[in-house]
Order: sequence, then structure tokens, then C-alpha cells
Amino acid sequence: MPAGRDTSSPPAAHRLNHALREAGFAALIAIGLSFPILALGAEPDINNQLALQTRWSWMFTAAVLIGSARFFAVMLDSSRARLLAIAGLLCTAFGFGTWYFAGIADPKIVGGTIAAGVLAMLAAFPADKPEKNAHSAAKTPARPATNLSSTAASLFSAAGIGALIAFPLAMLWWFGSAGSLKWINNYGIQILIFVMLGWGLNIVVGLAGLLDLGYVAFYAVGAYTYALLATQFDLSFWICLPLAGIMAAFWGILLGFPVLRLRGDYLALVTLAFGEIIHLVLTNWSDLTNGEAGILSIPRVTFFGIPFTAGEDGFAHLFGLQFSPIHRTIFLFYLILALALITNFATLRLRRLPIGRAWEALREDEIACRSLGINTTNTKLTAFALGAMFGGFAGSFFAVRQGFINPNSFTFMESAWILAIVVLGGMGSQIGVALAAIVMVGGTEALRELDFLKQLFGQDFNPVQYRMLIFGLAMVLMMIWRPRGFVSTRTPSIFLKERKAVAADLVGEGHG
Amino acid sequence: MRWQSDPLLHVEHLTMRFGGILAVNDLSFTAGRGDITALIGPNGAGKTTVFNCITGFYKPTEGRIAFARDGRAADADVAALTQTSKRHGRSASGDIYLLERMPDFEISAQAKVARTFQNIRLFQGMTVLENLIVAQHNPLMQASGWTLLGLLGVGPYRARERDAIEKAKFWLNKINLLERADDAAGDLPYGDQRRLEIARAMCMDPVLLCLDEPAAGLNPRETADLNTLLCMLRDEQNTSLLLIEHDMNVVMQISDHVVVLDYGTKIADGAPAAIRSDPKVIAAYLGVADEEEAQAVAGDRT
Ligand SMILES: Nc1ncnc2c1ncn2[C@@H]1O[C@H](COP(=O)(O)OP(=O)(O)OP(=O)(O)O)[C@@H](O)[C@H]1O
Ligand SMILES: [Mg+2]
Repeated sequence: MPAGRDTSSPPAAHRLNHALREAGFAALIAIGLSFPILALGAEPDINNQLALQTRWSWMFTAAVLIGSARFFAVMLDSSRARLLAIAGLLCTAFGFGTWYFAGIADPKIVGGTIAAGVLAMLAAFPADKPEKNAHSAAKTPARPATNLSSTAASLFSAAGIGALIAFPLAMLWWFGSAGSLKWINNYGIQILIFVMLGWGLNIVVGLAGLLDLGYVAFYAVGAYTYALLATQFDLSFWICLPLAGIMAAFWGILLGFPVLRLRGDYLALVTLAFGEIIHLVLTNWSDLTNGEAGILSIPRVTFFGIPFTAGEDGFAHLFGLQFSPIHRTIFLFYLILALALITNFATLRLRRLPIGRAWEALREDEIACRSLGINTTNTKLTAFALGAMFGGFAGSFFAVRQGFINPNSFTFMESAWILAIVVLGGMGSQIGVALAAIVMVGGTEALRELDFLKQLFGQDFNPVQYRMLIFGLAMVLMMIWRPRGFVSTRTPSIFLKERKAVAADLVGEGHG
Repeated sequence: MRWQSDPLLHVEHLTMRFGGILAVNDLSFTAGRGDITALIGPNGAGKTTVFNCITGFYKPTEGRIAFARDGRAADADVAALTQTSKRHGRSASGDIYLLERMPDFEISAQAKVARTFQNIRLFQGMTVLENLIVAQHNPLMQASGWTLLGLLGVGPYRARERDAIEKAKFWLNKINLLERADDAAGDLPYGDQRRLEIARAMCMDPVLLCLDEPAAGLNPRETADLNTLLCMLRDEQNTSLLLIEHDMNVVMQISDHVVVLDYGTKIADGAPAAIRSDPKVIAAYLGVADEEEAQAVAGDRT
């Protein structure tokens, strides 16, 4: 929170001075940071040698944008006015960009957007009235008891599940069997995999408060368990699926047993190392895993034994449908949806059982737990093993979906991505984690669609390359505005009269 | 003199060293069944350390802590148990435990020694009710078939959980917090948090309850209520209490037996009236900065 917000506002001239100084400072920092990223670029020239290119205009654009944003942040008090100003700023930048970078000189577009942007920025100043509730909330200690009506909540989740079940069929109907592939596969399945992984990790990080930086290891164990059992022993997916979960849980226990006695920060380090070790083993144990080349031609998913092929005994023929590869994709969608929902319902149920309450109590205060007769090592171990098991399920799904796996799918980036989903969603909140997975995975996919940016920044501009930059920026902004994630309140697992959400600042974050 | 005729806790030659610091030095005392035993002493005397040894949070450097949970244990039985490497044995009157051999969570779960903390340790982000349910973890865990049956929705778990809620309500009633059952524990005022921590410990049905400065930070009214509550625990619930307390009014009013520590060593042990007039105790309290306490100890003699 910027200084001087709750003290009485300084005189206008002084404030302008202050805001200009802050803006200049922010712009300088932006220049410093963006110099190596934006201003300098290496591109292969005609002789295929890297040549240094300079893009000063990009750097100055960034500096101007960030400086102005800082200026508005200091000058404006209410968040509504700030939002208006920033929207105006972006609008102006867009208009300017179409003209300068993309070379579109249509006066209607350029002039219109710039004018609208400037107007919005100017309008922000009269709109700026200090928010009353911001101050009163700071003064009164009483928290608004958010009363979650349970019927509304269950209606909402029923509607959500209904929408998810209808999703592939709706896509099929809307886009046809070729056009819907992208939606069902890239958006639907990809997001659901991460929803499931997020929910699995949520047990460990969100409920039990144990920081696990190597969750992808269990995902890998699940994937390789299926891939190896299916290719070496011809076992079907439905037999391998539980085996993959058990195998992952087994590794979770094996790793957890020596480690969970340690303090939280050591746990984070050891899990980080474990993730790397699994990756290295998969890469180098060529006899078993075929190394970097990975495992090819993993048996594809079947409809409970009926293959999705064009032949006589294929799914389409037996059900009297026209053969289409989309059938398999739709089946995969329902499969991961079912797996994710199982994870969700198991977690929701566990939260209401003694073990789930013990996990949360552990996150709140481990010493108090021990004084109440709770065996904390076993309790942590169950959280770790169950989280690993769901990771293993997701892994075997990944293998059956891809039909090909290699160690590069299981890097630390993947762990970080899943952890980010859990933290962004709000630790412990199922719905928050699902939202975060949609935003992060769906957002990445959506970046591929932003073709209009090519018009803005030129043909060789690929928004996907800026994925990590945008992701990092989003994380920083989230940490400023919603440090506890999308859903930061905690829903009690039991109540006498009414279920009141617990305010975020009271809920513990666990160790490490 | 129940601490002599029917002791349930025997602390013998307890020594706790932290590097060079001798926090507890060859301490021996007994606590009587059904007594409120007060452990007093100036700041840094080693009282909390004694608690941590009894409840298993510290492993004592030396000494034996025998706990006759169900009834008076013959010395020979305790001696025989000590010879073995076991932590738990039986005597004619019931189970005996050697607490210094047990991990903390087993002491609370099996020997039924519960405790509260000097700096309150509630589950702040959980509701008042949840705090009391977590305290009944072990019986509920069993009722849920170690989660397996509970997950499938079969078995006696639902009924046991209802019982657990009833027990929580009983204690909430006793500490006047029934109205706030669904509020976060961290939202309660300080005095309520102290009482909630006691209720949470009581939900484990302890035989011995160790309270580390339960009156710290309470106003006189709350302190009086606390006295009533503690006497109720002793008289109605048949719980023996071990109490660390700086407030001499509380100590002198409710305790049956007082043990005084100074620099880790026991300097006096007896009935409150005897402690009050013990010159060594007065000297120990006058020797430290806290005048008020010394006066409170000496109070009745002037
Ligand atoms: N974990 C520890 N490591 C090192 N020294 C410790 C530890 N715990 C306690 N001590 C030391 O042991 C001595 C006794 O501490 P203890 O907390 O038992 O005192 P106390 O009687 O409870 O005091 P107070 O009335 O202030 O609570 C102190 O000198 C303290 O610094
Ligand atoms: Mg103390």
C-alpha cells in the first residue's frame, strides 16, 4: 500500500510534485529493467549469425507506460479511478501502437482510440473520490461475516459440472468435428489436467501446509508407470491407472518418511531435489526409460476395451457413427473430467473427516497438534501420499493422452506452474485453484490466438514467447492486490448454526 | 496430603540442560490425584521447561517422570518398569507410564496428560468448534476407520462426530462461548482465547491437565471466572491440575499444593499456607525485581 494513503492528503501542488517524482523514478527503473529485455534483441541475419538489434522505441514505450501508471497510482485515491486511468492509458497506447509500430494510419482507429484513452484518463480525476469503506474497514475490527448459503453453493457447483459435461458436445455442435478439436483438447483437456494437478497439490500445500516444490515427480512416476506397464506387459489403462496412483503414493511415502520430520524449509529443498533427481533418472536410465528419446507408441485410450479406430471393431462403427478422431478426444475429456471430479470430491470429503481437520490444524500450529495427541509425522505422510497419488493418476492420464512421453514434460517449470496455480487460486480453496488453472493455462493458450498483436508489433512477434514475462508480471500484481490468492477466505469444515467464512489473515500458511 | 498418599505424577531427579544452561536441576516432586498443584517461581526459574519435559516436548537430560494414570502405583512396579526398556506397564491399580520415554503426542493420546501454552496456541484460522473437534482427533480417527470407512460413508463415524459436537457444546457452555462457536478462534478476545485453549485440552478427557500461566493477561473479573472454572475441573471432572501461575492470589486461593522453583532448583514444597511463610520463598521473590509478587507471597504475615 503506497505510503500516505491513510494519512490526510497532502496539498495538491506538493502531491503533483511527489507523483511526478515517483513517476520519473518508476520510468527509470523500467528503463533499467527493460534495457536488456526489450531494447536489445539478437536476431539471425542473412548469414545466419546472430546480430544485435536495438529496439529503443519499445523500451521508451515501456518506460512511458510504467511511469504514467505510477503517476496515476500516486495521484488517484480510489481504485475505480485508477482502473479508469489505466484503461485509458492502455487505450491510448493501443492507438499509438497501431500507428507507430504496425503502420496503420487509419485516422479513425488511431485518432479514435487515442482520444478515447485521453478522455478516460482525464475523466479519472473527477471520478476520484476517496472510498469510504476502505477507511472504515481499517478502523472497525469486526469482520463482515460472509455467510455462504450452502444451497446456493451446491447449485453453483451443480451448474458448473453440468456446463463441463455439456462443454465438448456444445463445442462439437458449434464448431464441427474439426474446429472443436482445438477447444476440447487445447482448452478443455489441458486445463482439466492442471485443475486436477492443482487439486492434488492443494492437499499437500493448501491443506497440510507442506511446501512441495517437486510435485511433478509424482506426475512423472504416474506417467512412466502407465507407459512402461502398457508397453512392456500389455496391461490395459484401467489396470494401470490405480497402479500408477499406488506407485506415486509409494514414492511419496518413501520420500516423505525421512523428510517429513524436518522443518518446512528443508522439506521444500528436498522435494525440489527429488523432482530434479526423478528427471535425471528418467533421462539417464536409458535401459528402462529410453532416455531423452522417451517412450513411443504407448497404447492409446480405448472405450472400455473398444479402440477408437476406423475399422470394423472400432468405436465409431460399433456405435453406428461416422468415424472421427474427435471421439477419442471427447472421451479423453470426460476421462480427465471424471478424474478431476474424483479428486475434488475426495478432498472435500477428507476435509470433513478427522484426517482433513488434522491437516488443517497442522498447517495452523504443529506444536498444538502434538499436544492434542495427533501423530504429526503420519498425518503429514498421508497428505503427501494422497497428493502424490492424485498426481500419479494425472500422470497416467497424460501418458495415455499423448501416446508418447519423454523426460522433458516433467521439469521444474511444471512443478512451479502447478504450485503457482495453487498459490494464485488461494491455498486450500478448491474453486480458487480451478479458477487459477483456467486463468493460467487457458491464458497461455489464449496467447496463441492474439493474432491482432502481430499487426501491432510486426509479423515476427510471437506472444507465446512472452508467456513467462506476463506470468511473472501477473504474479507480482497478484501478490500486491490479493496476496492470499483468488479465494482467500477459508470455509469451515463444520458448524453449529451458520457457516461463516474465516478471514484470510487468520488462516495459517504452513511452514516453509 | 494427597501428593504423599495418592500421587499420580512422580517427577524424580529431573535435570534439563541446554548447552551450558542448567534450566532444571535435580528436581523431584509429586502431584496428588485430584489436587491443583501450583508450580511457581520467578521468571526464568524453569517452570515451562518442567512442563515441556512432562509433556514430552523436551527430552530430559536426566531423571524419571512416572505417571500412574489410573490409581496409585506401587514403587516396586515403577522400579520394575524402569528396568525394562518399555514406556508403559501395568500395576494392580492400572496403567503406569514413563513419560520421559514417550514422544509428545503419545503422552497426550495415551497417558492422557493435556496441556496449554504460555503463549496461546489455538488454531487461529479454524472456528472455535473446529478447535474442539480437532482435540478429539484420536477417537474420531478410530470411528472413521482410519479414514477408509469415513471416506466411503460407512461405519459409526457420523454418530461419533455428533457425540464430539455434543462434547464441544458442553465445554463451550462451561466457558460461555457457545454463541461464538462458528467464529474463527483468532477473532476471539484474549481472555476467551485462554479459556478456549483450556476447553480444547479438556476435550481430550485428560487425567492431568498442565496449565502454563492461564491467568496471564486476564483482568480481575476474568481471573475470578478462571478460578471458578479450574475448581470446577478439579471437583466435577476429577481432573488433576498442574498449574504455573504468577498471580499469587490465584495460587493461594485455589491450589492444594505448591512447588517453588528458583534457578531450576526446588526451594520449597508444601501446602499454600506453609509456602506463604517460608523464608526461602520470600527471599527468592524479594531477590528478584518483581516486588508485587514478593509482597503477595509475604502478604498475610504483615
Ligand atoms: N529451548 C531452549 N533452549 C535454550 N534455553 C532454554 C530453552 N528453553 C528454556 N531455556 C532456558 O531455560 C531457562 C528456564 O526457562 P523457562 O521458560 O522454563 O522459565 P519459566 O520459569 O517458564 O519463566 P517464565 O516465568 O518467564 O515463563 C531460561 O534461562 C531459558 O532461557
Ligand atoms: Mg514459562
